[in-house]
Amino acid sequence: MVEPVLRLDGLRKRFGGLTVTDAVSLAVAPGEIHAVIGPNGAGKTTLIHQVSGTLRPDAGRVLFAGQDVTGLPLARRARLGLARSFQITSVLPGFSALENVALAVQGRSGSSFRFLRPAAAEAMLNEAAMAALAQTGLAGRAAVPAAALSHGERRQLELAIALAMQPRLLLLDEPLAGTGPEEAERLVALLQGLRGRYAILLVEHDMAAVFALADRVSVLVQGRLLASGAPAAIRADPAVRVAYLGEDEAA
Amino acid sequence: MPASRRAATLPLLLFALLAAAPFLGLGEGWMMTLLARGMILGLAALSLWLVVGGAGLVSLGHAAMLGIGAYAVVALDEARITEALVVAPAAIGAAALFALLTGAVALRTAGVPFIMITLAFGQMAFFTAASLAFYGGDDGYTLYARSTLAGGRWLENRLGFHYLCLALLAGAFLFCHLLLASRFGRVLRAARENPLRVQAVGFSPYPYRLLAYGIAGGMAGLAGFLLANATEFVAPSFLAWQRSGELLFMVILGGLGSPFGAVLGALALLLLEEGLGHLTPHWRLLLGPLLVLAVLFLRGGLVGLPAQLAGTRRHG
Ligand SMILES: Nc1ncnc2c1ncn2[C@@H]1O[C@H](COP(=O)(O)OP(=O)(O)OP(=O)(O)O)[C@@H](O)[C@H]1O
Ligand SMILES: [Mg+2]
Repeated sequence: MVEPVLRLDGLRKRFGGLTVTDAVSLAVAPGEIHAVIGPNGAGKTTLIHQVSGTLRPDAGRVLFAGQDVTGLPLARRARLGLARSFQITSVLPGFSALENVALAVQGRSGSSFRFLRPAAAEAMLNEAAMAALAQTGLAGRAAVPAAALSHGERRQLELAIALAMQPRLLLLDEPLAGTGPEEAERLVALLQGLRGRYAILLVEHDMAAVFALADRVSVLVQGRLLASGAPAAIRADPAVRVAYLGEDEAA
Repeated sequence: MPASRRAATLPLLLFALLAAAPFLGLGEGWMMTLLARGMILGLAALSLWLVVGGAGLVSLGHAAMLGIGAYAVVALDEARITEALVVAPAAIGAAALFALLTGAVALRTAGVPFIMITLAFGQMAFFTAASLAFYGGDDGYTLYARSTLAGGRWLENRLGFHYLCLALLAGAFLFCHLLLASRFGRVLRAARENPLRVQAVGFSPYPYRLLAYGIAGGMAGLAGFLLANATEFVAPSFLAWQRSGELLFMVILGGLGSPFGAVLGALALLLLEEGLGHLTPHWRLLLGPLLVLAVLFLRGGLVGLPAQLAGTRRHG
């Protein structure tokens, strides 16, 4: 078996008396899209936080590209090739779409302790940023301040920023959250296009999207991994249906 | 880029005005003194702008860096070293070092804790200066003479000093512009808007903020060198927290959006004080309400005024 890009080993996290991550172990293989689903409050975002480095687990390890990164902060993990998008859009509102992405390119290309040359005039940064914008369908909006973009466009921008980092693993926390059906369709097509090129850990509520995209699905309920397997097996799993999918179908 | 050219028009105009001032009937002694003071405070405000407007961190201890620059002049004057090419770098270096050392601690925080820590360090510097008996303690220290420049007594010459202040102010202004537009400045500005996003693309904001703080300290030290030479007298009051507050006010009055705001704010506040002083001996009573009105109604500060006026005209 190939060495996984990401391996979580017995992660545990408590908030006061509440166990939000409970002995979670999983692996993401290179090029694999691994979806994590689960009801609201299951601990999906908290799990993503521990993988990206915004939260420190109470126990367990995060192994990224064979390296133990459990003790590394967000910025260090990002430089190792771990890119994340946020469930609540988190872009730089005063920066143009292009400059938002150019900052991400800057993060992986040389020192940023350069003081007198205008960054906006660096063709290399701008070209790579434009390519990422084009990839997410935002090329026409490059000069618009992020604050003036529509909600859906800001979701696309989140993705463009992550892609511009040329990461080894994409952590996507509900990339479709709050988008309309057309935007969602475009984003799913875009994620389809990334298949095989990036390893992706995807948290998503949109089941149609999950089953269209995922190579593997893990079900998280109250912090515990209830099941993990191929989409068809998960869909057929009676325990999963009771705990999670059942709600959907009853509704 | 027409937008950036437009942004450069007003600063160029102001610097040209300052350059022409001695020949526009403003060459009288008291007026030249006032203008020099305005440009020096403009430089100090510019350095504070780098911290507040550039990095998004509100400091209430900036006068300490100005004062440390001035006390570097005192210490060298006491040792009979008056060559500006030695004294000015010493003033810059001392203040930058103080900024780096205190910043290393203060920048572990942000927001209100940062304000409190910078205030506390500023007060430490103030009380240290007041207890330096061999430099006059509370009473301050009168310089033997202004610094010499390359051996010549250029700084004694009123015009020479005027143009030195102007050149340093304009140079610092240009430097701030370039700095903020550079890769370094982009990270700094991004960290001001959203530190989490900056970390998520691989930057830790801390070293960028610390270096910006050190650069700001060095600029304030240079202003302190000029101020000591302008007044030929240095006292602990240079480092008082009220002075820090005044600098902060200049920056906010001028507008946080551009380094030009700091220069404008410093000159405006100084001229306002001077103008009100001519009108009435109770000018301090008038200054307060005027400043409150300025903050309430000048949302983008003085630099934002043209845009604000254009906006009202369009909407009204
Ligand atoms: N910082 C925190 N302190 C205390 N409790 C928290 C904290 N963050 C999250 N929680 C709790 O942990 C649980 C899991 O939250 P989390 O955001 O990880 O869920 P989620 O699966 O992402 O939910 P959703 O589908 O709504 O996004 C929730 O009960 C939440 O209230
Ligand atoms: Mg969530």
